[in-house]
Amino acid sequence: MTGTAPPEGSPVEDWATDFDHTTSAWAADATDIWDDLRERCPVAHSDRFGGTWLPTRHEDISAIAHDTEHFTSQGVIVAPFKPVGLAPVGYAPPITSDPPFHEFARRILLPAFSPKAVAPLEESTRAFCASLMDQVVAAGPLVDASVDYAEHIPVRVIAQMLGVPESDGDRFRGFIHRILEKPGQVAPPEDEGTLINYLEHIIEEHREDPRDDLIGYLLDYRVDGEPLAPEHIDGTIALTLLAGIDTTWSAIGASLWHLARHPDDRRRLIEEPELMTFAVEEFLRFYAPVTMARMVSSEVEIGGCPMAVDDWVLLPFPAANRDPEAFEAADEFVIDRERNRHAAFGLGIHRCLGSNLARMELRVAIEEWLARVPDFELADPDAVRWSSGQVRGPRELPVRIVGG
Amino acid sequence: MQIEFDRTKCVGHNRCYLLAPELFDVDDEGYAVVRIDGPVPASLEAKAQLAADNCPEYAITVVD
Repeated sequence: MTGTAPPEGSPVEDWATDFDHTTSAWAADATDIWDDLRERCPVAHSDRFGGTWLPTRHEDISAIAHDTEHFTSQGVIVAPFKPVGLAPVGYAPPITSDPPFHEFARRILLPAFSPKAVAPLEESTRAFCASLMDQVVAAGPLVDASVDYAEHIPVRVIAQMLGVPESDGDRFRGFIHRILEKPGQVAPPEDEGTLINYLEHIIEEHREDPRDDLIGYLLDYRVDGEPLAPEHIDGTIALTLLAGIDTTWSAIGASLWHLARHPDDRRRLIEEPELMTFAVEEFLRFYAPVTMARMVSSEVEIGGCPMAVDDWVLLPFPAANRDPEAFEAADEFVIDRERNRHAAFGLGIHRCLGSNLARMELRVAIEEWLARVPDFELADPDAVRWSSGQVRGPRELPVRIVGG
Repeated sequence: MQIEFDRTKCVGHNRCYLLAPELFDVDDEGYAVVRIDGPVPASLEAKAQLAADNCPEYAITVVD
Protein backbone atom coordinates (compact mmCIF):
# COMPACT_ATOMS: atom_id res chain seq x y z
CA MET A 1 0.00 0.00 0.00
CA THR A 2 2.74 2.45 0.91
CA GLY A 3 4.11 2.44 -2.64
CA THR A 4 0.92 4.09 -3.88
CA ALA A 5 0.52 6.63 -1.07
CA PRO A 6 0.74 10.33 -1.98
CA PRO A 7 3.96 11.95 -0.78
CA GLU A 8 3.95 13.30 2.79
CA GLY A 9 2.98 16.98 2.79
CA SER A 10 1.06 16.89 -0.52
CA PRO A 11 -2.58 18.13 -0.64
CA VAL A 12 -5.33 15.95 0.88
CA GLU A 13 -8.70 15.29 -0.79
CA ASP A 14 -10.50 13.19 1.83
CA TRP A 15 -9.36 13.38 5.46
CA ALA A 16 -11.10 10.07 6.26
CA THR A 17 -8.97 8.05 3.84
CA ASP A 18 -5.85 10.14 3.13
CA PHE A 19 -5.21 12.53 6.03
CA ASP A 20 -1.84 14.24 6.49
CA HIS A 21 -1.20 16.14 9.71
CA THR A 22 1.90 17.84 8.28
CA THR A 23 -0.01 19.86 5.66
CA SER A 24 -0.92 23.54 5.89
CA ALA A 25 -4.61 22.60 5.43
CA TRP A 26 -4.45 20.55 8.64
CA ALA A 27 -2.67 23.42 10.39
CA ALA A 28 -5.45 25.81 9.42
CA ASP A 29 -8.47 23.57 10.14
CA ALA A 30 -7.49 20.67 12.44
CA THR A 31 -10.38 21.26 14.83
CA ASP A 32 -13.00 21.14 12.06
CA ILE A 33 -11.32 18.08 10.56
CA TRP A 34 -11.56 16.20 13.91
CA ASP A 35 -15.20 17.23 14.41
CA ASP A 36 -16.12 16.11 10.89
CA LEU A 37 -14.31 12.78 11.22
CA ARG A 38 -15.75 12.09 14.67
CA GLU A 39 -19.26 12.26 13.18
CA ARG A 40 -18.79 10.29 9.99
CA CYS A 41 -15.75 8.05 10.51
CA PRO A 42 -14.45 8.01 14.02
CA VAL A 43 -11.20 6.23 13.08
CA ALA A 44 -9.66 7.62 9.88
CA HIS A 45 -6.84 5.99 7.94
CA SER A 46 -4.10 7.22 5.63
CA ASP A 47 -1.54 5.29 3.60
CA ARG A 48 0.93 8.10 4.18
CA PHE A 49 3.89 7.59 6.53
CA GLY A 50 3.68 3.88 5.84
CA GLY A 51 0.11 3.54 7.12
CA THR A 52 -1.42 5.68 9.88
CA TRP A 53 -4.68 5.60 11.89
CA LEU A 54 -6.43 8.61 13.38
CA PRO A 55 -9.06 7.94 16.07
CA THR A 56 -11.14 11.00 17.02
CA ARG A 57 -13.44 9.79 19.84
CA HIS A 58 -12.42 10.18 23.48
CA GLU A 59 -13.34 6.55 24.11
CA ASP A 60 -10.98 5.18 21.43
CA ILE A 61 -8.14 7.58 22.23
CA SER A 62 -8.37 6.70 25.92
CA ALA A 63 -8.48 2.97 25.18
CA ILE A 64 -5.28 3.17 23.08
CA ALA A 65 -3.47 5.40 25.57
CA HIS A 66 -4.19 2.86 28.33
CA ASP A 67 -3.30 -0.19 26.24
CA THR A 68 0.42 -0.92 26.43
CA GLU A 69 -0.16 -4.51 25.38
CA HIS A 70 -1.17 -3.80 21.76
CA PHE A 71 0.56 -0.44 21.32
CA THR A 72 4.21 0.53 21.74
CA SER A 73 5.63 3.99 22.42
CA GLN A 74 8.91 3.30 20.60
CA GLY A 75 7.60 5.66 17.92
CA VAL A 76 5.74 8.74 19.18
CA ILE A 77 6.33 11.11 16.23
CA VAL A 78 4.72 9.87 13.02
CA ALA A 79 7.41 10.07 10.33
CA PRO A 80 8.26 8.27 7.09
CA PHE A 81 10.87 6.21 8.95
CA LYS A 82 9.58 3.90 11.65
CA PRO A 83 11.78 3.33 14.67
CA VAL A 84 11.59 -0.44 15.09
CA GLY A 85 13.47 -2.81 17.37
CA LEU A 86 14.09 -0.13 20.03
CA ALA A 87 11.47 -1.26 22.57
CA PRO A 88 11.30 -1.18 25.52
CA VAL A 89 13.78 1.73 25.95
CA GLY A 90 13.28 3.76 22.76
CA TYR A 91 15.31 6.76 21.63
CA ALA A 92 14.02 9.27 24.21
CA PRO A 93 13.14 7.53 27.51
CA PRO A 94 10.67 7.54 29.15
CA ILE A 95 8.33 8.94 26.47
CA THR A 96 9.48 6.28 23.96
CA SER A 97 9.66 3.50 26.54
CA ASP A 98 7.30 0.62 27.23
CA PRO A 99 6.75 -1.30 30.46
CA PRO A 100 8.60 -2.41 32.44
CA PHE A 101 11.55 -0.14 31.52
CA HIS A 102 9.22 2.86 31.30
CA GLU A 103 8.59 2.98 35.03
CA PHE A 104 12.31 2.84 35.83
CA ALA A 105 13.09 5.74 33.46
CA ARG A 106 10.09 7.80 34.54
CA ARG A 107 10.74 7.50 38.28
CA ILE A 108 14.18 9.01 37.79
CA LEU A 109 12.53 12.19 36.52
CA LEU A 110 9.26 12.43 38.47
CA PRO A 111 10.69 14.16 41.58
CA ALA A 112 12.13 17.00 39.47
CA PHE A 113 8.72 17.71 37.90
CA SER A 114 6.39 17.26 40.88
CA PRO A 115 4.17 20.23 41.79
CA LYS A 116 6.27 21.01 44.85
CA ALA A 117 9.52 20.91 42.84
CA VAL A 118 8.07 23.18 40.16
CA ALA A 119 6.53 25.79 42.50
CA PRO A 120 9.87 27.54 43.26
CA LEU A 121 10.34 28.21 39.52
CA GLU A 122 7.26 30.45 39.43
CA GLU A 123 9.03 33.53 40.74
CA SER A 124 11.73 33.61 38.05
CA THR A 125 9.18 32.69 35.37
CA ARG A 126 7.00 35.61 36.42
CA ALA A 127 9.95 38.01 36.42
CA PHE A 128 10.93 36.84 32.94
CA CYS A 129 7.37 37.23 31.61
CA ALA A 130 7.23 40.72 33.12
CA SER A 131 10.49 41.68 31.40
CA LEU A 132 9.18 40.34 28.08
CA MET A 133 6.03 42.40 28.59
CA ASP A 134 8.18 45.54 29.09
CA GLN A 135 9.50 44.90 25.58
CA VAL A 136 6.07 44.06 24.18
CA VAL A 137 4.53 47.26 25.54
CA ALA A 138 7.49 49.33 24.34
CA ALA A 139 7.26 47.81 20.85
CA GLY A 140 3.45 48.22 20.64
CA PRO A 141 0.80 48.80 19.55
CA LEU A 142 1.49 46.14 16.85
CA VAL A 143 3.26 43.07 18.26
CA ASP A 144 3.34 39.33 17.65
CA ALA A 145 2.05 37.52 20.74
CA SER A 146 3.75 34.29 19.61
CA VAL A 147 7.09 35.55 18.25
CA ASP A 148 7.59 38.37 20.75
CA TYR A 149 6.20 36.62 23.83
CA ALA A 150 4.92 33.01 23.92
CA GLU A 151 7.85 31.29 22.22
CA HIS A 152 10.45 32.70 24.63
CA ILE A 153 8.87 31.62 27.91
CA PRO A 154 9.32 27.82 27.84
CA VAL A 155 12.79 28.13 26.31
CA ARG A 156 13.86 30.19 29.30
CA VAL A 157 12.31 27.84 31.87
CA ILE A 158 13.72 24.66 30.32
CA ALA A 159 17.15 26.17 29.75
CA GLN A 160 17.24 27.14 33.42
CA MET A 161 16.20 23.65 34.57
CA LEU A 162 18.63 21.81 32.32
CA GLY A 163 21.49 24.25 32.68
CA VAL A 164 21.99 25.23 29.03
CA PRO A 165 22.28 28.77 27.62
CA GLU A 166 18.98 30.47 26.96
CA SER A 167 20.66 32.09 23.96
CA ASP A 168 20.51 28.65 22.27
CA GLY A 169 16.74 29.11 21.97
CA ASP A 170 16.80 29.58 18.20
CA ARG A 171 18.64 26.26 17.85
CA PHE A 172 16.03 24.48 20.02
CA ARG A 173 13.30 25.91 17.83
CA GLY A 174 15.18 24.74 14.70
CA PHE A 175 15.35 21.18 16.07
CA ILE A 176 11.65 21.32 16.88
CA HIS A 177 10.72 22.50 13.40
CA ARG A 178 12.66 19.69 11.72
CA ILE A 179 11.89 16.86 14.13
CA LEU A 180 8.33 17.65 15.18
CA GLU A 181 6.66 19.92 12.63
CA LYS A 182 8.03 18.50 9.37
CA PRO A 183 9.43 15.10 10.38
CA GLY A 184 11.75 13.69 7.73
CA GLN A 185 11.01 16.54 5.30
CA VAL A 186 13.58 19.24 6.17
CA ALA A 187 17.39 18.94 6.32
CA PRO A 188 19.37 20.82 9.01
CA PRO A 189 21.20 23.96 7.88
CA GLU A 190 24.95 23.26 7.72
CA ASP A 191 25.94 25.81 10.33
CA GLU A 192 23.47 24.54 12.92
CA GLY A 193 24.36 20.88 13.24
CA THR A 194 22.11 18.13 14.48
CA LEU A 195 20.47 17.61 17.85
CA ILE A 196 22.95 14.80 18.51
CA ASN A 197 25.90 17.18 17.98
CA TYR A 198 24.29 19.68 20.34
CA LEU A 199 23.65 17.07 23.05
CA GLU A 200 27.26 15.86 22.90
CA HIS A 201 28.40 19.45 23.29
CA ILE A 202 26.25 20.32 26.33
CA ILE A 203 26.92 16.99 28.07
CA GLU A 204 30.66 17.49 27.60
CA GLU A 205 30.35 20.98 29.10
CA HIS A 206 28.56 19.54 32.12
CA ARG A 207 31.17 16.81 32.56
CA GLU A 208 33.97 19.40 32.56
CA ASP A 209 32.09 21.80 34.81
CA PRO A 210 29.63 19.84 37.00
CA ARG A 211 26.52 21.78 37.97
CA ASP A 212 23.44 21.38 40.13
CA ASP A 213 20.84 21.16 37.37
CA LEU A 214 18.84 18.45 35.62
CA ILE A 215 21.70 17.41 33.31
CA GLY A 216 24.03 17.22 36.31
CA TYR A 217 21.45 15.12 38.15
CA LEU A 218 21.20 12.65 35.24
CA LEU A 219 24.99 12.41 34.87
CA ASP A 220 25.35 11.74 38.61
CA TYR A 221 22.44 9.28 38.83
CA ARG A 222 23.55 5.82 39.92
CA VAL A 223 21.78 2.46 39.92
CA ASP A 224 23.63 -0.09 42.05
CA GLY A 225 26.68 2.16 41.73
CA GLU A 226 26.50 2.30 37.94
CA PRO A 227 25.69 5.42 35.87
CA LEU A 228 22.81 5.40 33.40
CA ALA A 229 23.61 4.19 29.88
CA PRO A 230 24.91 7.05 27.67
CA GLU A 231 22.03 6.60 25.19
CA HIS A 232 19.55 6.78 28.08
CA ILE A 233 21.09 10.06 29.29
CA ASP A 234 21.22 11.51 25.74
CA GLY A 235 17.64 10.50 25.00
CA THR A 236 16.26 11.85 28.25
CA ILE A 237 18.05 15.19 27.83
CA ALA A 238 16.75 15.45 24.25
CA LEU A 239 13.27 14.73 25.52
CA THR A 240 13.33 17.27 28.34
CA LEU A 241 14.96 19.86 26.06
CA LEU A 242 12.41 19.63 23.28
CA ALA A 243 9.16 18.29 24.73
CA GLY A 244 8.37 21.32 26.88
CA ILE A 245 9.06 24.07 24.36
CA ASP A 246 6.71 24.15 21.37
CA THR A 247 4.00 22.48 23.45
CA THR A 248 3.88 25.16 26.14
CA TRP A 249 4.52 27.93 23.61
CA SER A 250 1.50 26.63 21.68
CA ALA A 251 -0.74 26.60 24.75
CA ILE A 252 0.25 30.16 25.69
CA GLY A 253 -0.17 31.39 22.10
CA ALA A 254 -3.55 29.71 21.61
CA SER A 255 -4.81 31.12 24.90
CA LEU A 256 -3.77 34.64 23.87
CA TRP A 257 -5.41 34.06 20.45
CA HIS A 258 -8.60 33.22 22.32
CA LEU A 259 -8.36 36.22 24.63
CA ALA A 260 -7.68 38.57 21.70
CA ARG A 261 -11.06 37.53 20.27
CA HIS A 262 -13.10 37.33 23.49
CA PRO A 263 -13.20 40.60 25.46
CA ASP A 264 -15.73 39.15 27.92
CA ASP A 265 -13.31 36.39 28.93
CA ARG A 266 -10.49 38.96 29.32
CA ARG A 267 -12.68 41.07 31.54
CA ARG A 268 -13.74 38.13 33.70
CA LEU A 269 -10.16 36.99 34.26
CA ILE A 270 -9.15 40.50 35.30
CA GLU A 271 -12.16 41.06 37.56
CA GLU A 272 -12.33 37.52 38.98
CA PRO A 273 -8.74 36.29 39.26
CA GLU A 274 -9.93 33.30 41.31
CA LEU A 275 -11.33 31.91 38.03
CA MET A 276 -7.80 31.33 36.73
CA THR A 277 -7.62 27.80 38.19
CA PHE A 278 -10.58 26.77 36.03
CA ALA A 279 -9.67 28.97 33.08
CA VAL A 280 -6.21 27.41 32.73
CA GLU A 281 -7.73 23.93 32.50
CA GLU A 282 -10.32 25.13 29.98
CA PHE A 283 -7.58 26.70 27.83
CA LEU A 284 -5.81 23.32 28.05
CA ARG A 285 -8.96 21.42 27.11
CA PHE A 286 -10.07 23.65 24.27
CA TYR A 287 -6.62 24.37 22.80
CA ALA A 288 -4.74 21.21 23.82
CA PRO A 289 -1.60 21.41 21.70
CA VAL A 290 -0.35 17.84 21.76
CA THR A 291 -1.21 14.85 19.59
CA MET A 292 0.90 11.84 20.56
CA ALA A 293 1.43 8.66 18.58
CA ARG A 294 1.89 4.95 19.10
CA MET A 295 2.82 2.02 16.90
CA VAL A 296 0.78 -1.16 16.86
CA SER A 297 2.77 -3.95 18.52
CA SER A 298 0.20 -6.73 18.14
CA GLU A 299 -2.94 -6.95 16.03
CA VAL A 300 -5.93 -5.21 17.55
CA GLU A 301 -9.29 -3.73 16.56
CA ILE A 302 -10.24 -0.18 17.59
CA GLY A 303 -13.59 1.34 16.65
CA GLY A 304 -14.15 -1.56 14.25
CA CYS A 305 -10.85 -0.93 12.45
CA PRO A 306 -8.30 -3.75 12.21
CA MET A 307 -4.86 -2.41 13.09
CA ALA A 308 -1.78 -4.32 11.95
CA VAL A 309 1.65 -4.61 13.56
CA ASP A 310 3.86 -1.53 12.91
CA ASP A 311 0.95 0.68 11.80
CA TRP A 312 1.19 4.22 13.16
CA VAL A 313 -1.67 5.48 15.37
CA LEU A 314 -2.05 9.18 16.14
CA LEU A 315 -3.54 10.05 19.53
CA PRO A 316 -5.17 13.47 19.05
CA PHE A 317 -5.86 14.40 22.68
CA PRO A 318 -7.28 17.74 21.46
CA ALA A 319 -9.92 15.80 19.50
CA ALA A 320 -10.74 13.74 22.61
CA ASN A 321 -11.20 17.01 24.51
CA ARG A 322 -13.91 18.15 22.10
CA ASP A 323 -15.90 14.92 22.00
CA PRO A 324 -19.52 15.69 22.97
CA GLU A 325 -19.80 12.17 24.40
CA ALA A 326 -17.17 13.08 27.00
CA PHE A 327 -17.82 16.78 27.70
CA GLU A 328 -20.96 18.87 28.10
CA ALA A 329 -21.06 21.67 25.51
CA ALA A 330 -17.79 20.27 24.17
CA ASP A 331 -17.54 22.82 21.37
CA GLU A 332 -17.99 25.81 23.70
CA PHE A 333 -15.20 27.52 25.63
CA VAL A 334 -16.55 27.88 29.19
CA ILE A 335 -14.07 29.89 31.20
CA ASP A 336 -15.40 28.69 34.57
CA ARG A 337 -16.05 25.06 33.56
CA GLU A 338 -16.07 23.10 36.84
CA ARG A 339 -16.21 19.52 35.50
CA ASN A 340 -13.25 19.14 33.21
CA ARG A 341 -11.49 15.78 32.93
CA HIS A 342 -9.51 16.99 29.93
CA ALA A 343 -6.79 14.87 28.36
CA ALA A 344 -4.46 17.70 27.29
CA PHE A 345 -1.58 16.03 29.14
CA GLY A 346 -2.44 12.59 27.85
CA LEU A 347 -3.98 9.61 29.60
CA GLY A 348 -2.41 6.52 31.11
CA ILE A 349 1.18 5.88 32.16
CA HIS A 350 2.71 8.45 29.79
CA ARG A 351 0.92 11.46 31.36
CA CYS A 352 3.00 14.52 30.40
CA LEU A 353 5.95 14.58 32.78
CA GLY A 354 6.13 18.38 32.58
CA SER A 355 2.42 19.03 33.13
CA ASN A 356 2.94 20.98 36.35
CA LEU A 357 5.61 23.09 34.73
CA ALA A 358 3.44 23.75 31.67
CA ARG A 359 0.43 24.64 33.79
CA MET A 360 2.49 27.09 35.87
CA GLU A 361 3.99 28.71 32.76
CA LEU A 362 0.58 29.06 31.09
CA ARG A 363 -1.02 30.64 34.16
CA VAL A 364 1.85 33.05 34.80
CA ALA A 365 2.13 34.00 31.10
CA ILE A 366 -1.57 34.88 30.89
CA GLU A 367 -1.54 36.76 34.20
CA GLU A 368 1.48 38.85 33.25
CA TRP A 369 0.12 39.60 29.77
CA LEU A 370 -3.29 40.74 31.11
CA ALA A 371 -1.67 42.76 33.90
CA ARG A 372 0.07 44.91 31.30
CA VAL A 373 -2.19 44.54 28.26
CA PRO A 374 -5.79 44.08 29.41
CA ASP A 375 -7.17 45.13 26.03
CA PHE A 376 -5.96 43.78 22.67
CA GLU A 377 -7.30 42.34 19.42
CA LEU A 378 -6.08 40.41 16.40
CA ALA A 379 -4.31 42.83 14.07
CA ASP A 380 -5.18 40.69 11.04
CA PRO A 381 -7.06 37.40 11.56
CA ASP A 382 -5.82 36.10 8.18
CA ALA A 383 -2.20 36.61 9.21
CA VAL A 384 -2.43 34.12 12.11
CA ARG A 385 -0.45 31.00 11.16
CA TRP A 386 -0.91 27.73 13.04
CA SER A 387 1.76 25.00 13.18
CA SER A 388 1.42 21.70 11.39
CA GLY A 389 2.44 18.33 12.83
CA GLN A 390 1.61 16.86 16.21
CA VAL A 391 1.92 20.08 18.22
CA ARG A 392 -0.71 22.68 17.43
CA GLY A 393 -0.46 26.36 18.21
CA PRO A 394 -0.14 29.78 16.56
CA ARG A 395 3.38 30.44 15.24
CA GLU A 396 2.49 33.93 13.97
CA LEU A 397 -0.02 35.89 15.99
CA PRO A 398 -0.05 39.62 15.19
CA VAL A 399 -2.10 41.58 17.71
CA ARG A 400 -2.87 45.25 18.29
CA ILE A 401 -2.67 46.61 21.82
CA VAL A 402 -5.68 48.82 22.47
CA GLY A 403 -5.43 51.90 24.69
CA GLY A 404 -2.52 51.95 27.15
CA MET B 1 -19.36 11.76 52.37
CA GLN B 2 -16.30 9.52 51.97
CA ILE B 3 -13.43 9.76 49.48
CA GLU B 4 -12.44 6.57 47.68
CA PHE B 5 -9.08 6.85 45.96
CA ASP B 6 -7.64 4.17 43.67
CA ARG B 7 -3.88 4.61 43.72
CA THR B 8 -3.46 2.11 40.86
CA LYS B 9 -5.33 4.50 38.54
CA CYS B 10 -3.49 7.68 39.60
CA VAL B 11 -0.85 8.79 37.08
CA GLY B 12 -0.13 12.13 38.76
CA HIS B 13 -2.25 14.69 36.93
CA ASN B 14 -2.37 16.58 40.26
CA ARG B 15 -5.77 18.08 39.54
CA CYS B 16 -7.04 17.06 43.00
CA TYR B 17 -4.07 18.66 44.74
CA LEU B 18 -4.67 21.92 42.87
CA LEU B 19 -8.42 22.01 43.48
CA ALA B 20 -8.62 20.58 47.00
CA PRO B 21 -5.27 20.82 48.80
CA GLU B 22 -7.11 20.45 52.11
CA LEU B 23 -8.06 16.91 51.08
CA PHE B 24 -5.23 15.80 48.80
CA ASP B 25 -1.46 16.02 49.07
CA VAL B 26 1.13 14.69 46.61
CA ASP B 27 4.08 12.44 47.33
CA ASP B 28 7.64 13.09 46.13
CA GLU B 29 6.84 11.61 42.73
CA GLY B 30 3.65 13.62 42.33
CA TYR B 31 1.10 10.89 43.02
CA ALA B 32 -1.98 11.80 45.03
CA VAL B 33 -2.28 11.07 48.74
CA VAL B 34 -5.59 11.47 50.60
CA ARG B 35 -5.02 13.69 53.62
CA ILE B 36 -8.03 12.76 55.71
CA ASP B 37 -9.25 9.63 57.44
CA GLY B 38 -12.97 9.04 57.63
CA PRO B 39 -15.78 11.32 56.46
CA VAL B 40 -15.16 14.55 54.55
CA PRO B 41 -15.96 17.59 56.73
CA ALA B 42 -19.19 19.20 55.52
CA SER B 43 -17.34 22.42 54.64
CA LEU B 44 -15.11 20.50 52.20
CA GLU B 45 -17.70 18.31 50.50
CA ALA B 46 -17.93 20.60 47.47
CA LYS B 47 -14.16 20.45 47.07
CA ALA B 48 -14.13 16.67 47.32
CA GLN B 49 -16.75 16.53 44.57
CA LEU B 50 -14.69 18.95 42.47
CA ALA B 51 -11.58 16.76 42.83
CA ALA B 52 -13.54 13.68 41.79
CA ASP B 53 -15.15 15.47 38.83
CA ASN B 54 -11.80 16.61 37.43
CA CYS B 55 -9.69 13.48 37.70
CA PRO B 56 -8.91 12.44 34.11
CA GLU B 57 -8.26 8.86 35.25
CA TYR B 58 -11.41 8.43 37.39
CA ALA B 59 -9.16 7.53 40.32
CA ILE B 60 -11.29 9.47 42.82
CA THR B 61 -14.90 8.82 43.74
CA VAL B 62 -17.00 10.28 46.50
CA VAL B 63 -19.69 8.21 48.16
CA ASP B 64 -22.41 9.31 50.57
